[in-house]
Amino acid sequence: MVQPGEIHALLGENGAGKSTLMNVLYGLYQPDDGEILIDDKPATFRGPGDAMAAGIGMVHQHFMLIPVFTVAENVELGHEQTRRLGFLDHRKARHLVAEVSARYGLDVPPDALVADLPVGVQQRVEIVKALVRNASVLILDEPTAVLTPQETDDLMQVMRALRDGGTSIVFITHKLREVRAVADRITVIRRGTVVGEALPSASSAELASMMVGRPVLLTVDKGIAAPGEPILQVESLRVVDEAGQVVVDDVSFSVRSGEIYAIAGVQGNGQTELTESLIGLTRLTSGRVRIDGDDVTDESIDEILARGVGYVPEDRSHDGLVGGFTIAENLVLDIFDQAPFAKGMNLDLKVIDDNAEHRVQEFDIRTSSIRANASTLSGGNQQKLVLARELSRPLRILVVAQPTRGVDVGSQEFVHRRIIEERDNGAAVVLISSELDEVLGLADRIAVMFRGRVIGEVPAGTSAEKIGLLMAGANVESTRDGPAAATQEDAP
Amino acid sequence: MSEDHATAQDSSPIPAPPETPTGGSRASLGIRMLDAVRYGNTAVLTLLALLVAMAVGAVLIAVADADTRTAAQYFFSAPMDTLGAAARAIGGGYAALFQGAVYNPATASKGTLAGVLGPISETLVNATPLILGGLSVGLAFRAGLFNIGGQGQIIMGAIFAGYVGFAWHLPLVLHLIAGIIAGIVGGALWGGLAGFLKARTGAHEVITTIMLNYIAFNFLAFLLGLKGFQRPPYGQAISNVVDTNAQLPPLLGNGLRVHAGLFVALLAALGVWWLLSRSTLGFQLRAVGANQFAARTAGMSVERSYTVVMLLAGGLSGLAGVSQILGTNSAITQDIDAGIGFDAITVALLGRATPGGTVLAGLLFGALRAGGVQMQSSTGIPIDLVQVIQSLIVLFIAAPALIRSIFHLSAARGGIGQQLAKGWNG
Repeated sequence: MVQPGEIHALLGENGAGKSTLMNVLYGLYQPDDGEILIDDKPATFRGPGDAMAAGIGMVHQHFMLIPVFTVAENVELGHEQTRRLGFLDHRKARHLVAEVSARYGLDVPPDALVADLPVGVQQRVEIVKALVRNASVLILDEPTAVLTPQETDDLMQVMRALRDGGTSIVFITHKLREVRAVADRITVIRRGTVVGEALPSASSAELASMMVGRPVLLTVDKGIAAPGEPILQVESLRVVDEAGQVVVDDVSFSVRSGEIYAIAGVQGNGQTELTESLIGLTRLTSGRVRIDGDDVTDESIDEILARGVGYVPEDRSHDGLVGGFTIAENLVLDIFDQAPFAKGMNLDLKVIDDNAEHRVQEFDIRTSSIRANASTLSGGNQQKLVLARELSRPLRILVVAQPTRGVDVGSQEFVHRRIIEERDNGAAVVLISSELDEVLGLADRIAVMFRGRVIGEVPAGTSAEKIGLLMAGANVESTRDGPAAATQEDAP
Repeated sequence: MSEDHATAQDSSPIPAPPETPTGGSRASLGIRMLDAVRYGNTAVLTLLALLVAMAVGAVLIAVADADTRTAAQYFFSAPMDTLGAAARAIGGGYAALFQGAVYNPATASKGTLAGVLGPISETLVNATPLILGGLSVGLAFRAGLFNIGGQGQIIMGAIFAGYVGFAWHLPLVLHLIAGIIAGIVGGALWGGLAGFLKARTGAHEVITTIMLNYIAFNFLAFLLGLKGFQRPPYGQAISNVVDTNAQLPPLLGNGLRVHAGLFVALLAALGVWWLLSRSTLGFQLRAVGANQFAARTAGMSVERSYTVVMLLAGGLSGLAGVSQILGTNSAITQDIDAGIGFDAITVALLGRATPGGTVLAGLLFGALRAGGVQMQSSTGIPIDLVQVIQSLIVLFIAAPALIRSIFHLSAARGGIGQQLAKGWNG
């Protein structure tokens, strides 16, 4: 139940059913049972159109905007106002955008091309879209996943302004800090059922244990690093993408054995391309990559992996797993043709199965069977599956990108511990993350990427605020007095 | 790390989703079968698609039947007349189909081997190249490629095998082996070319294989007018006759057409099964087919996989050409592929791109082809109806949601049918 004019947070682990519930609310899925009540009246939505008509607006995790259109054009899309003879009335749309934008302090320029706008502003365009259609209930699905810490604070201001203006907001997230900062009421969902309601005054630990169903360790417990020889050396690495854009610009760094080198940054600032070029997935335009002193720049992925490089890609279901393959098959995806899994041209299915049983147990992958398809696993278990595969070989280098994205709190703890274990075993760990808390918790050294460049390298223990500023490009003038320093709050 | 883990195991394990009957559940066979029906596993869906297609086919037979149409004109005064006529037409049509494909009491009563086994022989003769072609399409599909080039590959296989068959003169077993190998090579070259183009330039295999079909077809037309290839006295577009030494021997005597190509097809199915489920190469091909990005990230060469699988798929289609030229026929004509290249797509689809399924689907389509001839000759129902039924089967398999809604099955799951239905972006 959502009251008028409140921010109601829907908190739950990935796969808990938050998004499914909201998709039902938005008319994308049909409920098998039960009712939706609006103003005490039952409502049935056959599609998003019905939901919109009933005053429900949704901002998806992935924006539904047309990049080459202006803000106003995007807002009027599907609800075009026409004058006589069917001419579009752009003026009215622009006017409307300006008005709504001003009313809630959204600061959205009606005539700018969406493609030119920062992600945070694009998100506000989505909000304007919903507001223009008279949404009285606004659903925000994981809205902060793509934002910098500062943008997140801005969004929270907007949410408060909307609430004060009488709009109800359903805020879907798994981030405890944000929930506690902005929500008026919290509903916690676990495995498809509501397990309880809470107030924002509840501690992070309480909320986390409600989400997971058991006490959770929120901080990362890690010993002091004992760095050794440099293993991975990157020199003046530069990547130009197909469109001719420089996505990685003159990046150099070196990672030693036994340390975690974190590359922080908001998504889309070149980290993906940088990571991919480290293991040969993306070809460098110029620059060198050395492993143990050997130039591996022109080696194939296979050869680089064979040097003891483990790679956990940021998009695991896309790059890390074959969804239609069984868990057992996925666990040998990179070593299926090596002994003991292969005998000549034959696969040794028994060895592959034994390996799977062993790994599933070791990494606590929750599944009904090793023959279940990887696509049936939840996000956290998929990540454990990828980790289990990558960590099953002796590693010199471990490259992990966004290791806990979409991973529930319970598994996050486990993933972090394994990464640290790998460091302590002497691997050079490269951690790419846009989660500030994760970077702060794990890293021994931190580089911040912005628009393809490393704009700063700071030691562990640097304040969250300073790194946040670097992530936003360092020349951002203001940080509103929001919970910018709230990262420390999560410590019990 | 085990003690840290104790906490993680407290919470109850995620309940196994009911729709994974393969998931090592220990449920009884009966319950698993019930689940299979309720959640519509692929075998059940395939069977239902078949039934629906036959039902729609029945309606078409009734509509096409002159007696039924005449009776329908006075439907409201005597509805039973119409229904009776329709029932007769449908019954007669499907009975003839059965007689042509499986067992015909009329010819069997003569007591000869040909009389009893004739229909089965026809079914097997038709099924042999369909199975091989279906394996070709299915294998490529499992590796993420749509091989629409069966026709061209069959033609090239037939040209190579046929040429070796009539131009070379070798001892008994040797000649046949040489012919078979030549056919495989011809098909593999043609398929591999498309795979190579895809790997090197990214040219879409659907486009290239279709274009290669045209090239092969017209190349054959050119050869059939060429001295040394064309049969004297050069009046007809037909090639020389292959030596007896190079022909696949008949299995049931000279009176029946079924030939040793059937064994070649079954062996090929076994080979494909081994390749896909037991070999390292097949693992790589399947991984690339299921998720080329993850395969590449794991260090596999996607390009190599494309080339290799198209070589293999082409080789299998080439074998279908071998079956056509060294088994069923003994000389090459312009329609040597007999539509097999395209029906093979349907066979692979019906067989869910698995070797076992493809064999069964090939047998079914072989039976439909054999029975269709009988149906046309004894009841006058046009043989095109068989094509319609085949197409309907594909239609219903490609739209599993439709079958589910007709039979009120729940829980849509992504099957290979759905993949086939939407996956033209290979």
